[in-house]
Amino acid sequence: MSVTAQPVIGVLALQGDVREHQAALTAAGAAVRPVRRPEELAGLAGLTLPGGESTTISKLAVLFGLMDPLRAAIREGLPVYGTCAGLIMLADKILDPSPGPWGPGETPISGQETFGGIDMIVRRNAFGRQNESFEALVDVTGVPGGPVEGVFIRAPWVESVGAGTEVLAEHGGHIVAVRQGTALATSFHPELTGDHRVHELFVHMVRTES
Amino acid sequence: MSTTPSTAQTPETGTARVKRGMAEQLKGGVIMDVVTPEQAKIAEDAGAVAVMALERVPADIRKDGGVARMSDPDMIDGIIEAVSIPVMAKSRIGHFVEAQVLQALGVDYIDESEVLTPADEVNHSDKWAFTTPFVCGATNLGEALRRIAEGAAMIRSKGEAGTGNVVEAVRHLRQIKGEISRLRGLDNNELYAAAKELRAPYELVKEVAELGKLPVVLFSAGGVATPADAALMRQLGAEGVFVGSGIFKSGDPAKRAAAIVRATTFFDDPKVIADASRNLGEAMVGINIDILPETERYASRGW
Repeated sequence: MSVTAQPVIGVLALQGDVREHQAALTAAGAAVRPVRRPEELAGLAGLTLPGGESTTISKLAVLFGLMDPLRAAIREGLPVYGTCAGLIMLADKILDPSPGPWGPGETPISGQETFGGIDMIVRRNAFGRQNESFEALVDVTGVPGGPVEGVFIRAPWVESVGAGTEVLAEHGGHIVAVRQGTALATSFHPELTGDHRVHELFVHMVRTES
Repeated sequence: MSTTPSTAQTPETGTARVKRGMAEQLKGGVIMDVVTPEQAKIAEDAGAVAVMALERVPADIRKDGGVARMSDPDMIDGIIEAVSIPVMAKSRIGHFVEAQVLQALGVDYIDESEVLTPADEVNHSDKWAFTTPFVCGATNLGEALRRIAEGAAMIRSKGEAGTGNVVEAVRHLRQIKGEISRLRGLDNNELYAAAKELRAPYELVKEVAELGKLPVVLFSAGGVATPADAALMRQLGAEGVFVGSGIFKSGDPAKRAAAIVRATTFFDDPKVIADASRNLGEAMVGINIDILPETERYASRGW
């Protein structure tokens, strides 16, 4: 594919702010397609995992046979970008919102499966419940032109990353954006702002890969 | 509306964007009424995107009569403790102190709801005064826009809660969608008169005319009892559904809850809806709206 061609990027459309991702990707120069079934993964140059409820998305992905094909596609190098719930779905390991009696890192959530793809441990709702949801400016490595508006909604943070995972942004001492190879993830929702620079970074990653 | 970007270096909570953005995360999902932590867990396991914590489901409020109020804080705490998905709770219309209590309890969304007995027959609560976002019911576009003007960050068409009859949900959603379509066809001169007729702020009317949709997420509520009902509301343009009595007043709540979630996601695929509709056990017994006395219609509460 030439660098000028429009890459076809899917948006996982089981639940969540799908339309906002579609709009951001379109603005960033991609052709966009919703994905709800395994066969709809064919021919994609990249995939975004929207914000939503990660428990719901995880269950629906299992129910409709997307879990294994998606895991395989990500493992084989399909570029992916996940925001909030999407970041959770890209984590190799997830933890409950609050540390249990065994201390942080010892309370993996039972029953919630993820696609994985990024060597990181993510804590769900780590920044708190809706009353603690916030906006703040965030500097993201690889995104030129100054900080982006970070919209954090019942947001997770990344508790720790493996050696191959690059930390792109932090807020309040916590990791909120990461990249491992062709997989990108943010705790916040650039799709809810008019600023498409993070989606442009992802589209650039997709173009470089294809 | 304060949707302008934050330039503050310090984190800012309770902005219009985080309130409305929260509802955006629920789109395509099912929000289920629950009255115990056990029911909340069943709802979460079935794939609900959020639960609505209340003391009695609407069908029981109808049956028992009396004044329906905000739930017991202990019950709400128990439900918050039981699940990791968002927890909503209802306040009476105009009862801003119940809303203050719900905010203090840390619920994720407050439903200023006609299902409870109104506390004020003139005023709704000033929802801008809260950090916790609000969802409100509406039977038409003017009502939806008045609630948004008061600070609601999400709208649900009202339907007629506790009846298991989808007819009013269809009526209200069609009304709202139809009025939005009509606004799209008006020129700038006509929008002022439209705002007057809708009894809604001109700026909001203009915004809807330009967007072709509400500036907040629109769900449907009140009478959804089957997977096909949920898919119907989605096909009519609802971005998600609330299911009240329909689940826990049915024969097999866990199975019906999961089936409604599936049909809501694949609302445009009759094969999936057919499959989801099999062997669900008994649906809740419905009520025909035309035999429901005017005084027992919840949708006429609020204005």
